[in-house]
Amino acid sequence: MSGPLVLGIESSCDETGVGIVRGHELLANEVASSVEQHVRFGGVVPEVASRAHLEAMVPTLQRACATADIDLAEIDAVAVTAGPGLMGALVVGLAAAKAVAFALDKPLYGVNHLAGHVAVDLLEHGPLPEPCAALLVSGGHTSLLLVDDVTSQITELGSTVDDAAGEAYDKVARVLGLPYPGGPYIDKAATGNPKLVAFPRGLTARKDLVDHRFDFSFSGLKTAVARWVEARQRDGEDVPVADVAASFQEAVCDVLSAKAMDACRATGASILLIGGGVAANSRLRALLAERAGESAVTLRTPRPALCTDNGAMIAVLGAEIVSRGGRPSRMDIGADSSLPVSRILV
Amino acid sequence: MSGPVVLALDTSTVVAAGVARGREALASLTVADRMQHVEQLIPLIRQALAEAGLSLADIDRIVVGLGPGPFTGLRVGVATAAVLAAAASVEFRGVCTLDVLAAQHSAEHDGAGGEATGFVVATDARRKEVYWAQYDSAGTRLLGPRVGPPEDVPGLPTVGPAADLYPGRLHAVMGPRTLDPGVLAAIGWDLPDAGTEPLYLRRPDAAEPTRRKPVLLTRTERPPRPTRGDR
Ligand SMILES: [Zn+2]
Repeated sequence: MSGPLVLGIESSCDETGVGIVRGHELLANEVASSVEQHVRFGGVVPEVASRAHLEAMVPTLQRACATADIDLAEIDAVAVTAGPGLMGALVVGLAAAKAVAFALDKPLYGVNHLAGHVAVDLLEHGPLPEPCAALLVSGGHTSLLLVDDVTSQITELGSTVDDAAGEAYDKVARVLGLPYPGGPYIDKAATGNPKLVAFPRGLTARKDLVDHRFDFSFSGLKTAVARWVEARQRDGEDVPVADVAASFQEAVCDVLSAKAMDACRATGASILLIGGGVAANSRLRALLAERAGESAVTLRTPRPALCTDNGAMIAVLGAEIVSRGGRPSRMDIGADSSLPVSRILV
Repeated sequence: MSGPVVLALDTSTVVAAGVARGREALASLTVADRMQHVEQLIPLIRQALAEAGLSLADIDRIVVGLGPGPFTGLRVGVATAAVLAAAASVEFRGVCTLDVLAAQHSAEHDGAGGEATGFVVATDARRKEVYWAQYDSAGTRLLGPRVGPPEDVPGLPTVGPAADLYPGRLHAVMGPRTLDPGVLAAIGWDLPDAGTEPLYLRRPDAAEPTRRKPVLLTRTERPPRPTRGDR
């Protein structure tokens, strides 16, 4: 395979990611996570994450070059997450990317993190049939997107109006006495009866579908789980963790998969791409597979290491933009913590 | 003049870049912007090099101010210096930003410090506090850097960006109020090596959630959101 040799730097949340790709070929994907430092806080602490990014940046960059077996000077371009994300975290990666681009006199591409979650599948399954729909679910985002062109045309169909799905997992995990981050622990604990409690499905009532057809809400669900558990404890009864976890997970995955399928129907997309950390969730994958089969929609899911935040997704998005002749970013670009997904290149 | 060519960066308050050859400052540029460090820094470095008639390939060493200062801006300078040094394969060192202001003050007084009793350098730490360090009359750091209310600062002649912020509590005297990145480039390598990590002095703002108690999760228990407070 060939294509431009692109370095990608990602630092929007708690993972310091440096990836190197040549076109659609993955050469390195090094990630330093500060997740352990956030465990006792039960969520990502921005300042802790920012400090960790700075500490990890140069070593992670060096590891990526070693893994890819290249000299940094060989790269053709530098891509970096310009947003959305935590401001203090984003600027560390942006400063680092600018420094590489300036030192080596290479073009800089400031790109959208969400578009990176979509583009990463190029590394796994090759060119994206466009248009396609994408469902991105993590601790930081819950979005349904229509991708007409991953380098220039992405439309947000809907997103969460309150908590991200991953955040709801973290909070429910705390209620159930499970560790942080909640996603994998709830998934593992959810061996019980998913129908024991009919937890609410946010924004699925007929009246909500008018204005929020593709939007999500997990705040009410989280509160409902907490209330249910609290009532149980007040009555001096044991909390059936396996059943509550399964019922909660069912509520989340039911809404995510139903709205994703509805988006495919509404847009005529025959491909649904899944990304973000929650894409690794076993129930979400199973439900999506089942419903996609019924709707003749083809699922594309990158491997888990590419679903979570990483530098390779930014590198491959950069490589795709370079290949299609996108213009480089100026050296005075800033980070934008709420960069809309419609702005793929800053 | 000859000697190694040094590029100096400091983003602990505003955005500053300087270039020196040996002890001769060739460029000293500052943008009085306390918010847009990541936007301003590389263009400013480019301009400083152009003013010195040099390119990045001519640089032998990079020295960066490690603060103390507001964290988000501070990290921009340190990340830039660290990655530039790695990418260009040059030496890199961090110094305490207050030491640079102290050196400026001493130099203004013919190297004798001018203040027989010694002096203090103070910068704004917000939240009604200052970052400060105490120096002897020759400009050698005796105490600090520390962060705290102006009441805790030794009652000595005070210079630096925060010297005039607390009249009556800090003894402001004539002296430098802003860092000169040309001085940082010229003498940075002679200042005490402060490592490569920012001098944060404060722990991250973060509250640990109250243990267990599966109760209703209220808004106040949400993990801290990104704030602009530390910018
Ligand atoms: Zn993400």
